[in-house]
Amino acid sequence: MPVFEALRLALQTIRTQKLKSGFSLLGVFIGVASLIGAWSIVNGVNRYMTEKFAQTLFGVNTFQLRRRPMFTPNVPDSVWRAWARRPRIRFSDAEALTAGFTVPVVTAWQSSENNTVTYRDKTARDIELTAASERYFEIKNLRVAIGRAFTSQENRSGAAVAVLGDAVAQRLFVDRSPLDRSVRIAGTAYRVIGVVERQGSILGFPLDRFVVVPALSPAQNLVNPPGILDAFLVKAQSEPEMRLAMDQAEGIMRSRRHLRPRQDDNFALDTSEGVQRFWAGISRILVVVLPGVVLVSLVIGGIVIMNIMLMAVAERTREIGLRKSLGARRRDVLRQFLAESAAIATVGAAFGVVAGIGLTLLIGAASPLPASLSPVSIVLGVVMGAGVGVVAGVYPASRAARLDPIAALRQE
Amino acid sequence: MTLAQTFRTGDTPLPNIIILTHKLTRAYDMGGEVVRALQGVSVQIHKNEYVAVMGPSGSGKSTLMNLIGCLDTPTSGEYWLNGQKVSDLDDDELARIRNKEIGFVFQTFNLLPRASALHNVELPLIYAGAGARERRARAARALERVGLGDRMEHRPNELSGGQRQRVAIARALVNDPSILLADEPTGNLDSTTSGEIMGVFRDLHRQGQTIVMVTHEHDIAAHAARVVTLRDGLIASDQLQAA
Repeated sequence: MPVFEALRLALQTIRTQKLKSGFSLLGVFIGVASLIGAWSIVNGVNRYMTEKFAQTLFGVNTFQLRRRPMFTPNVPDSVWRAWARRPRIRFSDAEALTAGFTVPVVTAWQSSENNTVTYRDKTARDIELTAASERYFEIKNLRVAIGRAFTSQENRSGAAVAVLGDAVAQRLFVDRSPLDRSVRIAGTAYRVIGVVERQGSILGFPLDRFVVVPALSPAQNLVNPPGILDAFLVKAQSEPEMRLAMDQAEGIMRSRRHLRPRQDDNFALDTSEGVQRFWAGISRILVVVLPGVVLVSLVIGGIVIMNIMLMAVAERTREIGLRKSLGARRRDVLRQFLAESAAIATVGAAFGVVAGIGLTLLIGAASPLPASLSPVSIVLGVVMGAGVGVVAGVYPASRAARLDPIAALRQE
Repeated sequence: MTLAQTFRTGDTPLPNIIILTHKLTRAYDMGGEVVRALQGVSVQIHKNEYVAVMGPSGSGKSTLMNLIGCLDTPTSGEYWLNGQKVSDLDDDELARIRNKEIGFVFQTFNLLPRASALHNVELPLIYAGAGARERRARAARALERVGLGDRMEHRPNELSGGQRQRVAIARALVNDPSILLADEPTGNLDSTTSGEIMGVFRDLHRQGQTIVMVTHEHDIAAHAARVVTLRDGLIASDQLQAA
């Protein structure tokens, strides 16, 4: 019997026994749907991390000089204590680096701390107060939607001006213009000169709850002890130039800190790669856990299909006997039942793909997780589903194929 | 009627002999006890013969039927079907013989309940490897031959008992087998319908079909030209009778 005939017969059986087939494809359905759904989340976050987060928010060709790395999964306490003992980054370090670079770079200072911003009777709490130099906006890709950013003069003179994040402007001013209004941060009045374009959120964390003030404005004492920076940001024009600038930064910092050749750096040079490595660590966990979940449901699905097929063989013993008497060889009967169980599983997988796509769209629409469908997961899902069907069908089908036609025909 | 060939082991049957069994035995092991269902049956059936096999239950007629139908293999002896020695073929070769050489008609019809008459008749052609178009055409012709040209798309439960058995006969004929092998073909039918089916058999016989029919009813056996009676695994009598 040609494969096509076997398949046609299998689909006919599924059609006529909808309920039974429905139950038997449930396991594969859940397995494939969860595979595609979970894969979409990993895939979506991956893309988000590499494209939007790393590139846009961290900045292209940008690195940061910090006391310790920003994103670090699973760091032992001893390392944390060592990091905490490191000297901090000082204004003077930043000035020395700016003077020392031989490649064209854009640099900015940055220190941040949560604080409260008020306007008359309105209060915005838990706002990220950032004291930064004027190129900060450029490096971080923050476009000022209303008004302007502060100038280098304003920065050097420590002018009491502020650029608000979109959420802060909304909170304090609702729909009035915030420009030239006076907001208060820890009792000091700051004149609002600009509002940054809305950034949205990343993985559910809002990105618009911030205020940026000049690095030397009075607020510098709210974010760090005098003369101390959280981070020194450096943006180069290309990847190789960034590498070169990082080498220069490392050299300058090592000599400023009098490190001997065998001593490790006691500072960190972070790039967006670091962020990606951090995420890769998390996604690796997902990639390890995910197949387990999928495997369990596929194995259960396979067992269910095997039992349903054994039942089908028992119920259709007479039919098998008849087919054999009409000339069906063992391999014809084997192929018929294998095709049937593979077809059940594939139909289950197909429904699973549809549900997985639906799940992906739902996650994308209803949760902060960015989900992105991966074609690989769809192919893999269907192939695994059909494979489970074939594997689960082997035993029942070989039992059917070995039936004695005389005994099978005699059965009621 | 041609005289029977004097057959010895190592001989080949004459070309006009469709079925030849030589000292055919079949023994079953029933939990340590050996049951000899056939104890050495030698029978020759010529082309276009119409033979009824009779005998009380336990006489071995079902066993002989299964051996002739290539559903079973003998313990010893030879079985030649249409010039081919089939007593020592393997499973797959026997399946091919059943498909090409034998048309089965069962007491209980054995139609697939969810398939149309046409599809039921097509079944042997599927295993013969015929294409869909050819299958349909040949199945339709076979159904017309048994007078069911207007019932092709009906399912078995939409047909009467007699019509179902005609579908089964069409299925048996569709591959142009050497023999039509009927096992109590009227056992589930009333006497009027039985007569009708016997009419179909008579017509087929006149058209040149070789028919072997197992029955325990004398009035059904009376339709055949020759009656072979078995008793205790041996041929008790083998008589020609006027049609």
